[in-house]
Formats: sequence, C-alpha cells, structure tokens
Amino acid sequence: MKNSGTFNITAHGDREIVVTRVFDAPRRLVFNAYTQPELVKSWLLGPPGWSMPVCEIDLRAGGKYRYVWRSDSTGKEMGMGGIYREVVAPERIVATEKFDEAWYPGEAVDTIVLSEKDGRTTLTQTILYDSRETRDAVLKSPMQYGMAASYDRLEKFLPTVGSEALSA
Amino acid sequence: MEPNGYASSSTRLDATFAALADPTRRAILARLAKGEASVAELAEPFAVSQPAISKHLKVLERAGLISHGRDAQRRPRRLEARALRDATQWLENYRQFWEAQFQRLDSLLDDLQRGKRRKRAVRGIRKAGSLRRAQGRLSTGLAPGSE
Repeated sequence: MKNSGTFNITAHGDREIVVTRVFDAPRRLVFNAYTQPELVKSWLLGPPGWSMPVCEIDLRAGGKYRYVWRSDSTGKEMGMGGIYREVVAPERIVATEKFDEAWYPGEAVDTIVLSEKDGRTTLTQTILYDSRETRDAVLKSPMQYGMAASYDRLEKFLPTVGSEALSA
Repeated sequence: MEPNGYASSSTRLDATFAALADPTRRAILARLAKGEASVAELAEPFAVSQPAISKHLKVLERAGLISHGRDAQRRPRRLEARALRDATQWLENYRQFWEAQFQRLDSLLDDLQRGKRRKRAVRGIRKAGSLRRAQGRLSTGLAPGSE
C-alpha cells in the first residue's frame, strides 16, 4: 500500500520510541492534519469500528488537547490528553500525553518533527517515557492502546514459524 | 496498575523473546502447534541429541511457551498458545495500529491536495499572474531544508 514501506518504528536510547513515516504532501498540510480537530477526527480513529467523537485542541504552548475514542459496537470509551509545550508551525510540536486509563505509569512527552523535501514530508515522532521499564512495557504491550487486542493472529504466525523451521 | 506489574510482565516477555530467538526452538514450537509430542518425537526431525532437545525444552518451558502433560512415561509437551501470542503480537499490533491511521491520513492528504488543486485551477483562470507570484513566495517559505 501507498507509502507503507516508509513506515518505521524503533526503540531509541533507553526511554524512547521513534516512529517515522513519509507522506506525499507538503508539511503544511500534514501539520494541519495533526492540529485541526475536524481533520484529526477524520483519520486518527483507532482500530476498525472505533470513532473519535471528541477532539479538542488549543494549539499554543501551554494549551491543552483532549482526544476521546469510542467503540461503535460496545460504546466503550478511551480518552487521552496533555499540554502543548512547543508549537512551531508547520514543523514541530512537543506535547505531553497521558491516557485516562493509565496503561503505563506517568506521562510521556511526544515530539513531532515534519521535514519537507520535493513536496513530500517526513514525519518523525519521538515518544519519551518516564523510564526504560515503561518504554519497554509499552513496546511489548499486547493491548496496544488498550483496544487493539485481537487474538486471531496466532494462526497467522504459526505457519511462519513452520516455514522458518523448514528452511532452518 | 502498578509499575511492578509492568516490570514483571516485561521480564517474562524478555524470557519469551530470548526463547524465540533460536531456530531449533521455533521449529519445536511449530511441531507442537500441530499437537502435543514426547521428547523423543520432538528430537526425531533434528540432527541433535535428546539431551540437547531437552535443554531447548527447558528454555521454552521457563518462558511459559510450553508445558508438559501428566503422563509420567511420555511427558508430552504442549504449546502454551497464550504466551506465544503475547510475544508475537506486540510489535505487530503497534505497527498495524499506526499504519492503519497513517493510511487514512494518506487519503486525507490526497483529498486536501486535490481540493487545493481544484481551487488553484479556478483561481488560476481568474488571476493567473498574481497566483503564480503568491505560489513563488509560498514555496520559498516551505523550501526543503529550511528547518
């Protein structure tokens, strides 16, 4: 799929997760898509079957943001929010993040950097956690964002294990 | 949840990942995915001794990936699906979750650009000259490497 190959996630240093992704658009548009509630609500929806009824953004240093997602089938809600520390349009956003149902201790600091080249934008998102233990737990959490649990992937994984065994 | 809870589940997962790092152990898991088997049956397809297989089985058992049955003679090993599921899901979940978001963002950006191009085309017909000058200023402001 388009640009999927540009998507990369790595653990960086002791306390960070770094996500990079390239978009076929100028960074002004990517910045808008990350900071204008009506645009955010159209893509940051969570897993299939979830929507984003609440997206409030006060885009300035010291301003707050608040996101709430809802499962269409069960009505379960999940919220998160934080405070902007730095807002430099259209290239840099630093904000704290904390989930209502704390699935990791403390709060994390999110830094989004957008760089543009030849009309394409590279997003680099760095999430800095309180401790190495928290970072590792987040990376290893099978309940990503408390809602992405789907227990049907074992069947997909096992044939892979089998074919590796044959070629080993 | 307590931080301790995270730490202990993290430690358990470390053991699981270490256990999965070895190709012989992965092959053993693949065999057990088809049904339980004794140590002798598990050793059969491999060019290693039964004691070597037993060592691998101990690592897998400590990681919670397999358990053994009550039959004292055969002590058949079986796959513990849950531990394996936890271990293999984490990065895949993270990646799939975000890639799904980003693909929607791709479509949104496409729409925004198409909308922009349409507006530009309309305005372009009306006042081509001033728009070109405005675009020139805009692209200078957003030039690559300007950050």
